[in-house]
Amino acid sequence: MKRVVHFTLNGFEVEQEIESHKMLLDLLREKFELTGTKEGCGQGECGACTVLVDGLAVNACLFPALEVEGRSVTTVEGLIGEGGRLHPIQEAFVEAGAVQCGFCMPGMVMSAKALLDETPNPTEEEIRRGISGNLCRCTGYVQIVDAIKLASQKLKGDGRG
Amino acid sequence: MNEYSFVGKPVPRPDAPDKVAGRALYIHDLKRPGMLYGKIKYSEHAHAKILNIDTSKAERLPGVRAVITAYNTPEVRFGFIRDNIALKKEKVRQFRDEVAAVAAIDPEIAEEALELIKVEYEELPGVFDPEEALKEGAPLIHETDPQGRPKKDNWVPVSWKFNAGDVEEAKKKAKYIAEDYLETPPILHASLGTSGCIAEFDLQGNLIIYTKTQIPFLAQNDFNRALASMGLKGKNTRVIVPTLGGSFGSGLDTHGYEYIAILLAYKTGRPVKIVLDREEESKTLSPRQSTRTKILQGCDENGRLLFREVRMLLDNGAYTSWGATTPSVMMLPISSIYRVPNVFYEARHVYTNNTYCQAMRGYGNPQAAWAIETNLDHLAEEANIDPLDMRLINKNIPDDISPMGLRITTCGMEECLKAVAQKLNWKEKRGKGRNKARGVGIACLFHVGGSGRVYRSDGTGVILKIDDFGYATVVTGAIEMGQGLVAALTVATAEALGVTPDRVMVVTGDTATCPWDVGTHASRGAFTACNAVIMAAQKAREKIFQLAAEHFLNRVNFKLSQMKKKDPNFQIPDLGINRPLEPEDFELKENVLYLRSQPQNKYLRMGLDELIREAHFKEQGTMIITEAFYDPCNQMLDKDTCIGNLSATYIFGAQGAEVEVDLETGHVKILKYVAAHDVGKVLNRHSILGQIYGGAVQGLGFALSEEYKRDKGRMLNPNFLDYKILSANDLSFPIEVELVETMDKEGPFGAKGVGEPGLVAVAPAIANAVYDATGIRINSLPLSPEKIALSVRRLKKE
Repeated sequence: MKRVVHFTLNGFEVEQEIESHKMLLDLLREKFELTGTKEGCGQGECGACTVLVDGLAVNACLFPALEVEGRSVTTVEGLIGEGGRLHPIQEAFVEAGAVQCGFCMPGMVMSAKALLDETPNPTEEEIRRGISGNLCRCTGYVQIVDAIKLASQKLKGDGRG
Repeated sequence: MNEYSFVGKPVPRPDAPDKVAGRALYIHDLKRPGMLYGKIKYSEHAHAKILNIDTSKAERLPGVRAVITAYNTPEVRFGFIRDNIALKKEKVRQFRDEVAAVAAIDPEIAEEALELIKVEYEELPGVFDPEEALKEGAPLIHETDPQGRPKKDNWVPVSWKFNAGDVEEAKKKAKYIAEDYLETPPILHASLGTSGCIAEFDLQGNLIIYTKTQIPFLAQNDFNRALASMGLKGKNTRVIVPTLGGSFGSGLDTHGYEYIAILLAYKTGRPVKIVLDREEESKTLSPRQSTRTKILQGCDENGRLLFREVRMLLDNGAYTSWGATTPSVMMLPISSIYRVPNVFYEARHVYTNNTYCQAMRGYGNPQAAWAIETNLDHLAEEANIDPLDMRLINKNIPDDISPMGLRITTCGMEECLKAVAQKLNWKEKRGKGRNKARGVGIACLFHVGGSGRVYRSDGTGVILKIDDFGYATVVTGAIEMGQGLVAALTVATAEALGVTPDRVMVVTGDTATCPWDVGTHASRGAFTACNAVIMAAQKAREKIFQLAAEHFLNRVNFKLSQMKKKDPNFQIPDLGINRPLEPEDFELKENVLYLRSQPQNKYLRMGLDELIREAHFKEQGTMIITEAFYDPCNQMLDKDTCIGNLSATYIFGAQGAEVEVDLETGHVKILKYVAAHDVGKVLNRHSILGQIYGGAVQGLGFALSEEYKRDKGRMLNPNFLDYKILSANDLSFPIEVELVETMDKEGPFGAKGVGEPGLVAVAPAIANAVYDATGIRINSLPLSPEKIALSVRRLKKE
């Protein structure tokens, strides 16, 4: 059965018809062609599909599409500024050398955003806990943790966040 | 030492912005017009006869465009010895065997159609243990070999043997001997981005396939053979490689799902996409081979190694991949890590009804290092020698030739060992924390650092072209899979050509446009591609300087006359050039051409782009395009003796850990991890650290947590909840890295390959630390809490 869902997507009011059994990940990738959000496992274990719903990090692969009704969804595409300017968190990931194959990166960046919105000056332990739901097979996480520390510094002087 | 502008500096990765922005396109993100979705029906048994396949209901399901089985498609054979077929006929030999496939207008319909396919089987007894498979009367996995000759046993007809000196004689002379039986389990590559492809045909019958591979050109060869089997002999394949979401060796073979997509695309005349989900990826993509190794090493009274004897049995699973050649790389450390004069090595693969295996990062070396390095600690204990000293006594040295004929050029093993010992505070800590169940362990590694000739050509081609705006495009068949090839190549091109990194664009991943490359494996990507681009850049510089000799001064004089026109007061300076300029007079650095004799003269400096345009936009103009094909000075192993210098240079390293073991739960807590690697020369600091951190953490998973659980050939944990790769939360300890630069003359700017070594020595380093902490030696990986707790209890009873 199809239903129409109305919500705010990366700052814009949108509406979209979708089958009621579909997940937010399907809605984003198939209906809106926002392929930045990745499916790594489809079971809520790897975090590659992390997006923000009303500011909270969720696994889009397990989040029913119809439940975003009236809510605000931010995906990795929503962080990009005018002229393709990267968000300070994304800049930090690039500068800290945190990127390898990149498949986990959109989810990792969104988890970092949720963490830093809540805890602007996280300890290393808080960072590790904040991204513990985001698996990465390439990096060993060391430079990702560095990147989030750097992002925290950048955001202090930026006022975006 | 040379002063480099960019080599060794932290230049950001060019591919990183797209990846953090979600703009990099992986196979999951690609669509083609009119595309169908393919799904595969796998076997329900580990070993069974196929009696009947009924596809009639599936064919009638609306939205289904094709249902294929072995009975309505041509036989497509593939695999290292061509013992596999895309769709199984008569018999299944493993749970993941493909028996049918569907193409439909959406993935849900394809999935539904699979449910409607009914397959009748007659179950056969299976064999799941390589030693059981060798017993008299064991079920035969293959009744015939790929050529159709009857088979009498389950040996895979690929075996490896190396013999140097006289091991039996050495055993008599050895004062101390240690013998162990050590095992490693299958390991999933567990790339975050699963595998997949889109296959389509053009109207001439040529195949275009977008696919997740590390070997586009060998894949082209494989797929062209498949086309021939389909009656399309002489037709060609274009392989296009999207951004890879990790690969770690999983892309070193062509896979059943690719051939099935090809068959479906041909049958339907439409593009067909098959992407594996996580469960499929875990169950149906080949893992790293499990090994059982009997090892003996012996030394004299001073700890000097006299011999090493290794016998290894590998569980091949039901079919044979390129993974069957991993013993050729295992042979490197087995014959040549530490100086050991007498060596015997034998490795054999056995067919079973388990999932078939393939190579994974390290290409066998993690399994070999696990055996050598834990057994060496055992030997050190027998000889009452500190394990660090044992390694120093026997260390590899520069400018040496090993019994296997490996020509060691540079070697930083001693520096690496000393760095690890110092960072771990070895002398203070080793052997002293057992009452607190704390200990330190160390292990070394030896790996190819200058590619590895496992194929007849070990080459990499590049094309370098410079456009009117001074941008250099590098086109190469080497593959970026996350390891940092593009970053390394950007830096190498910038440095070798004399431009800035922002003027370099790297294009990869298309067999129709890129020059040939054997594949991205053996830690060779940056080594060979950067060497190739240095050659191409050298040719380009020669041409640029030739053009400069012809056009530079004309352009300078023209510009001076223009200045004079604009400003009559401008005095044209005396340039002091009273002879025709020669190519040797010029230098190009950071996009600027200038005269070597007057580097600071502002009138005698010109952008590269300006010169290129001067030479291009005129009658009978010219452009700069160069190419190079670099094939390293290494050798195939002799097929009888296995002697040969497999790699142009070798990489050395040592890793170590301090651990604390919870004697109740058996949990190993790492307090500190240290990795020291001889990398030749750092090309890109971020990338190299990323390779070592990432390798070490994969190695920690291999050592401690990753367990492929199966019951009679059926995988029980095909997901990230039960197959535990480490998360950031598991890594609350420092990982310290020391990079030792030995400036290898074979390497680009002195660099050696670094992609795989990070994980090679991890498991034995941890196991040796656990032993130092507890006196317990676990002989099979992973070192799970259950195994350790059980051993603690057993030890207490004794």
